Amino acid sequence: MGILGRWLLVVLLLSGCQSKPETPDWLYQQLGGSPGVTQLVDGLLVKIEHDPQIVHHFRDTDIARFRKLLIEQICQLSGGPCQYSGASMQESHTGFQITAADFDNLVNHLIAVMTAQQVPMAAQNRLLALLAPMQRDVINR
Amino acid sequence: MVYPTKELDTDRRPHRCPVWLSSLSCILLCIPSVQAAGSKVIGSGGATSIDGMAGGGIVPWAVINGYASSDQWSLTSALSLVNVDDYQLHSQGLSLSYDNRWELSYGQQQFSIDQTDVQLRQQIFAAKYKLAGDVLYDVMPQVSIGAIHKKQRDFALPAAIGVTDSADQEFYLAASKIYLDAVFGRNLLLNYTLRASRAQQTGLLGFGSTSDRSYQWCHEWSAVLLLTHQLAIGAEYKQKPDTLDFAAEDDWRDVFVGWFVNKHLSLVAGYVDLGSIAGKPQQDGYYLALETTWAF
Repeated sequence: MGILGRWLLVVLLLSGCQSKPETPDWLYQQLGGSPGVTQLVDGLLVKIEHDPQIVHHFRDTDIARFRKLLIEQICQLSGGPCQYSGASMQESHTGFQITAADFDNLVNHLIAVMTAQQVPMAAQNRLLALLAPMQRDVINR
Repeated sequence: MVYPTKELDTDRRPHRCPVWLSSLSCILLCIPSVQAAGSKVIGSGGATSIDGMAGGGIVPWAVINGYASSDQWSLTSALSLVNVDDYQLHSQGLSLSYDNRWELSYGQQQFSIDQTDVQLRQQIFAAKYKLAGDVLYDVMPQVSIGAIHKKQRDFALPAAIGVTDSADQEFYLAASKIYLDAVFGRNLLLNYTLRASRAQQTGLLGFGSTSDRSYQWCHEWSAVLLLTHQLAIGAEYKQKPDTLDFAAEDDWRDVFVGWFVNKHLSLVAGYVDLGSIAGKPQQDGYYLALETTWAF
């Protein structure tokens, strides 16, 4: 195995190392707990409002209810003390014909909002990793 | 090493870093009214390889160039320079992508030998099609197929050292995947490319040889760690065919740092180890690249 292989092996092995065990709500705390998640969602809504490519999808949406459910979802996903009370991703996005480009826009907005709120990189990537599998349930329905 | 002194091809229009391609790069950056950025997440289009295709520096990836997502187009231009002990390689590329599924690219290269006026040029026409998967969102890697037509433009020297063809095709299958939150909370892109090729030094010395005109299977890998959303470090390994009796051909390796300045500009700087080229051993040095891209 050449130098490249050894380097890659070291990186992959180190990826398993952590300085101390994470708590189940580690991500929720990294996002700022309840005020942090609320601020993230509010920031996201402002971004959506100013994005002409995707705002039309929300024309008939009850924004207050959408906001509540999104806060619940991110809270639960990140290990916080919440229970998402909405429909599945497939059900709630059927009929909207959300494109891959629309979903990408939302991910970009989420990254921008997390960065503006100084969420650490590792937490940002952890949240993206949790949300990424939802893309196939959301788009092209 | 003394090179054969046979009279060189007189059809020589030296075209280092053509003005039109440099100008296009500047225009793509500078027109304020065309700030359309494309929807793909920053960094997920990769860079542009020395062959003009989306990928790392020396390996084409399964990703489609630019930031165009579904139903979007993007136009990407790239300039790069490789400078090793006894040689320089200038490359310019232009690629068009659509729907984050199709990529057409044109690349041209000028390879010069220090302390001589020898210049070997190559043109590269390529098409890439995404078969399946998504580099970012799917569990399954993104898989693409590519077909490349390469035309070497200064064939007198290669012909003199046993190379048989001045133009040829290459084919490849690539798989790319970004593993989110993979290493120290950072995202890791891994790519594997399988290429069928008869190229001598990636085509700069032509294709095939008098002793072997068969296709060789070459394995190529890239690994890139995204330290931040905009800064990446990576390494690549590129197997090469070694079919020319005149001189051995080594695998290529590089390590690099990439800076995705914004969704229109990225810069890459790296160290390359190209091994022995045409009998001159231990050719290593630096690599610099600039890519500009615009979606519409």
